[in-house]
Amino acid sequence: MSAASALPRSGDRSDDVVAVRADGPPPVRRVRRNPVTWVRRGGLSTLVFALPVLVVFGVFSWWPIVRSVVMSFQKTNLVAPATWVGWDNFQYVLTDPDLPTAIRNTLYFALLALVIGFPIPLVAAVLMSSVKRLKGLYSVLAYLPVVVPPVVAVLLWKFFYDGSADGVFNTILGWVGLGPYAWLSSPTLAMPSLVVEATWAAAGGTVIIYLAALIGVPGELYDAAEVDGAGIWRKVWHVTMPQLRGVLFITFILQIIGTVQVFLEPYLFTGGGPANATLTILLMIYNYAFGRSLGGDYGAATALSVMLAAFLAILSLIYFKLTSSWSKS
Amino acid sequence: MKSPRITLAFTLVGALALGGTLAACSSDSGSGDGDKNTPSATAAPTLDPNTKVTLNVVGLLPGSTKEAQQALADEVTEFQNQYPNITVQTHDYEWKATTFAADLAGGTLPTVFEIPFTDAKTLIANQQISDMQGYVNQLSYASDFNKNLLQYGQGPDGDVYAIPAKSIYAVGLHYNRDLFTKAGLDPDKPPTTWDEVRTDAKAIADKTGQAGFAQMSQSGTGGWQLTVDTYARGGRVESEDGKTATLTNDATKASLQFLQDLRWTDNSMGQNFNYDWAGINQAFAAGKIGMYTSGQDVYTALVQANNIDPETYGLTMIPLEGDNSGVLGGGTMAAVSSKATDDEKAAAIKWIDFHYLRKYTNEQAAVTNAKTQVASKQPVGTPELPIFSQAQYEKYQGWIKPYVNVPLDQMTGFTSKIFDAKLVNEPATATQDVYAALDPVVQAVLTKKDADIDKLLADANTKAQRAIDSAGR
Repeated sequence: MSAASALPRSGDRSDDVVAVRADGPPPVRRVRRNPVTWVRRGGLSTLVFALPVLVVFGVFSWWPIVRSVVMSFQKTNLVAPATWVGWDNFQYVLTDPDLPTAIRNTLYFALLALVIGFPIPLVAAVLMSSVKRLKGLYSVLAYLPVVVPPVVAVLLWKFFYDGSADGVFNTILGWVGLGPYAWLSSPTLAMPSLVVEATWAAAGGTVIIYLAALIGVPGELYDAAEVDGAGIWRKVWHVTMPQLRGVLFITFILQIIGTVQVFLEPYLFTGGGPANATLTILLMIYNYAFGRSLGGDYGAATALSVMLAAFLAILSLIYFKLTSSWSKS
Repeated sequence: MKSPRITLAFTLVGALALGGTLAACSSDSGSGDGDKNTPSATAAPTLDPNTKVTLNVVGLLPGSTKEAQQALADEVTEFQNQYPNITVQTHDYEWKATTFAADLAGGTLPTVFEIPFTDAKTLIANQQISDMQGYVNQLSYASDFNKNLLQYGQGPDGDVYAIPAKSIYAVGLHYNRDLFTKAGLDPDKPPTTWDEVRTDAKAIADKTGQAGFAQMSQSGTGGWQLTVDTYARGGRVESEDGKTATLTNDATKASLQFLQDLRWTDNSMGQNFNYDWAGINQAFAAGKIGMYTSGQDVYTALVQANNIDPETYGLTMIPLEGDNSGVLGGGTMAAVSSKATDDEKAAAIKWIDFHYLRKYTNEQAAVTNAKTQVASKQPVGTPELPIFSQAQYEKYQGWIKPYVNVPLDQMTGFTSKIFDAKLVNEPATATQDVYAALDPVVQAVLTKKDADIDKLLADANTKAQRAIDSAGR
């Protein structure tokens, strides 16, 4: 049967449903779309309900993305008319001597955030889900840092990280004979210091996600494991982790995307210093656009943004491709 | 015989004039021929007294004291009494290279805002500030401005866009007299050479536990101050035509070697190496820093935002060594947003006149302003450099003399010697980029013991040259 024969004939009464194949596997029945059936089946009301979201996304997300891509091929100061410059902005960014440093630092931040920041919320959630009393209190305590405004949190931690001997952390470490450490003024300690604060600030949100996922783990699985003689760690490894796999995949990629786009901490803590030790890609983008009082190189900023977005999109695709095959296996 | 302060004023205006000519010939925007054009003689619309206008203006530094806020509120009240149809709303403001462009692009700057001399030409070229020539013409002293300062704010058409307003500065060495005393040093004999600065810094660090000397390093201030240090040792960071970065010069190397010695050999710079302008002021006012370099006018900010104890404050000359040594100078201009309406511009010129300029040209205004400041315990008489003529500045000094409340006798190390110094402008091309390229160099020297000064400067020079080459890219 040819594809053409599957097309509905004019005057066919059964215009709602068309048999795609008459032989072979069970026939696939496809809904034939026309404006009348679309309206009758609630398409219009769906569109009306979706319209506000589409407008908001269009205006505040998709349009800026399109504009960014366009701007990456332009020279503009947002006042005078823009001029097309082809690939100049990309060439300018790719030959920036600071770019390798920024990429290295960003990957270092992402790696540290994974090593420090990924296991902590998971362990905390598992422990919190096993306690019987004051579970709510622990949840509140875990989530509290998330409700502290990020700028306030950074300023607070900046105070903690005071490099003098009477700084908060240095005082505490001094009680056990350690320090003082320069923290934010040390090229080696600055980045780990930022990651510790970022983990503190963000872990609460992830803990809540894990706790919610843990509620969905059937209790019978733990009972069965217990009958089989499993201890707490075997239960975690053989029951909890597999059950959380889907959530873990999502939080993992979200964390990668989030940490590669780190900006707030290096901007507020160190401004990218000392000696570019915390210069990240996002900070470079900001510096291109706004770092110079005399206005921004918005073309270079958007060119780097586009490249970063493309990299993350490709990374996400590869990741989901891999994890979907793992999930099936 | 002229008083030292009058001589100071005369000399510095002359020096700015020389530097200003150079800057005008090599600014980013290439609009150095502004002087050749004739300003527009067209009269701008005047403000109808019956038209209500709300004018947003920059106010004090964030975190200023209640007294400073009260003084400004009183000033606003006086202004509104005089112009009942204008409502002035002040906004806390601190110009920072790393936030100004974002504020400007985001439209969050007030209608009247402040910019450094070095930025005006490019903002004019980018059409980001209003042509104020017609409104400036309405001022009775419009023709009395020091033309060499005024040219910084003139466009290619010769019109005035940005108006010299305040903080015409030369960099000085600020020191804490209390820490000097505690370290066994004579606060009336501050250091006059870089070697003495080093010796005194070590004495302060050893005997008080505080930083003997501190250096800004963040948000372009590291490069700004390294340029100051370079000038003071006879070097320059750009060629005269502004087309070549010259960061690898001996004076810059010597400046960095000085910092390296203080930091790693003497351990006399404390533990904080992340200071920006506001941060170092705060630490200095809190008694954590023995000496640092910044504009000579910073005393006002130290009082308004940091509540410094006047008894502890001292100001002296930055040491000058080498044939071509000089003191870096600059200043602040008032500008009006390009989005301002005609009514807002007409109101803006009245505020600029009232808030910034009138006191220098009108005795009653000078006295009223001084009284307002004194009533709120705000500094009157902080050393500054004249916006108008030397004679006019002399008159102004006479008008406010009874109200001067700043410890001028603790600043004579600066005011008595600055007239012998050459004042040198900031680098003319890609100024903020050159400073930004130098920030990591200063930070590296202060945070890495094995920092290779030659390599750091070579890398920074490459970045600065790239910025110069692509200025206006």
